[in-house]
Amino acid sequence: MLSLYHDARSPVHALPAGAKLLTLFAVGTGLFFVRSLPGLGITLAVVVALYAVARVPWRTAWGQLRPVLPFTALILVAQLVLTDWRTAVLVGVRILVLVLLANLVTLTTRTSAMITAIEVALGPLRPLGVRPERVGLLVALTIRFIPVIKEQADQVRAAQKARGVERSFAFLTPLLIKTLRLADGLGEALDARGLDAEPPRRRS
Amino acid sequence: MTIELEGVGHRFGDRRVLRDVDLRLDEERVGVIGSNGSGKSTFARLLNGLLVPTEGRVRVDGLDTRKQGKAVRRRVGFVFQDPDVQIVMPTVAEDLAFGLKHHGVARDEIDRRVADTLAAYGLAEFRDHPAHLLSGGQKQLLAIAAVLVLEPEHVVFDEPTTLLDLRNRRRIGRLIHDLPQQVVVVSHDLELLAGFDRVVLFEGGRVVADGPAEQTIAAYLAMHPPL
Repeated sequence: MLSLYHDARSPVHALPAGAKLLTLFAVGTGLFFVRSLPGLGITLAVVVALYAVARVPWRTAWGQLRPVLPFTALILVAQLVLTDWRTAVLVGVRILVLVLLANLVTLTTRTSAMITAIEVALGPLRPLGVRPERVGLLVALTIRFIPVIKEQADQVRAAQKARGVERSFAFLTPLLIKTLRLADGLGEALDARGLDAEPPRRRS
Repeated sequence: MTIELEGVGHRFGDRRVLRDVDLRLDEERVGVIGSNGSGKSTFARLLNGLLVPTEGRVRVDGLDTRKQGKAVRRRVGFVFQDPDVQIVMPTVAEDLAFGLKHHGVARDEIDRRVADTLAAYGLAEFRDHPAHLLSGGQKQLLAIAAVLVLEPEHVVFDEPTTLLDLRNRRRIGRLIHDLPQQVVVVSHDLELLAGFDRVVLFEGGRVVADGPAEQTIAAYLAMHPPL
C-alpha cells in the first residue's frame, strides 16, 4: 500500500479497485476452506500467472515478497513443531498466496482509486455518522506518512549514533516529539489547502 | 489583488509576537525578511487565515480573515518551508488531485488540470512516483504545484528555499518570479528577494523598514554587520 503502484496497461490494472479489493477479501476468506495441497498449488499458480498478465516485472514482485519470507518461514517452522508437515505447508502456501495477491492489488491499483473504493464502500454508513471522506483521508495520510516517520526515526537513530549511543529506547522521546510537530504542521497544511470543512460531493 | 492589515497584533498566550502592523500590500512581488523570532512566519500565517490576529484585522481582496477564513484560504495559497508536511497523498499526481477533489471539481477537469500542472512544472515523468522518494527540490516543486493547481489569486511562501541546495533554490526562485499571482515570500534568502517590488523588514514583531528590495535589504544588512 505504500505507493508501490506499478504503471502498466493490463486487464488487471483496468479492473475497478472495488472489484479487486472484493476479490482479495473473497480469496482471503476462501483460502481457509481449501484443505488440499494440489488445490492450493493451483491457486498459487493462478496468482503467479496473474502477475504475468499484469505485466509486473518479476524483480518488482520479488522485491515485494521478500520481506515477508522470514516471517512465513518462522510460521512454517512453528507449525512443523506444533502440528505436522502437511498442515505446515498448507499454512505457508496460504500466506504466500495471500501476500502475493495483496501485493498484486497494490501494484496494479492507484492509491486514489483504492481510497475512492473505500469511500464508496463506506457511503451507506453515512446515516450512522461515518464520514467516508475523512476515513479516506485517514487512509491516505497513513500511507503517505509511514515512510516519513520511518525517515525521522532513522534521523534520530543516526543523531544518537553520532553521539555514541548505539542502542537506546531514549530514541522514542525525540521521535515522539518530532512526530507531534509533524502532526501540527500537517494539520496546518490541511487547513491551508482548505480542508477544514467537509468536502462537497463530487459533481461527476 | 490587495492584502490589508490594520492595527494587527498577535499574541501566543502571554508572548506578544506581532504589534502595530499596518500594511497595504498591492504589489505583485512582496518579500518579508527579519531575524529568527521576528514575527515573519506569524505574519505569513495571518495572510491566509491560518491564524487570525488577536488585535486588528486582515483583509484579502476585501474578505476578512476572521469572518471569511474559508473563502480567504481559497484565494490565498500557502507554501510551507518543509514540503514533507504539505504533501498529503502518497504519489505526485494524487497529491495534485487532492485539493481539487476536495473542492468538488469534476473528475474530467481534475484530470486535465493535473496533467497540465505536471507538464508545466516538469513533473510529468514523476506522475505515479511515491512522494517520499522525490528529492528535496522535487518535493518543494510538488508542494508549490499542489498549491498552484488550485489557481489561487495570491500565494504566500514561508521560507520556500531554506532546505534546498543552490541549484534548486535558483530553480524555485525563477518559478516564483514567473508566477502571474501576487506573491508574498518570507525568506532569509536575500538573493531570492532581489528585484522584488517591495520588501518589509520585521524586528521584534514590528515593521522597521519597508520599501523597494534593495533599500530594505541594505537596511537589514546594516542592522547585522559581519562579525
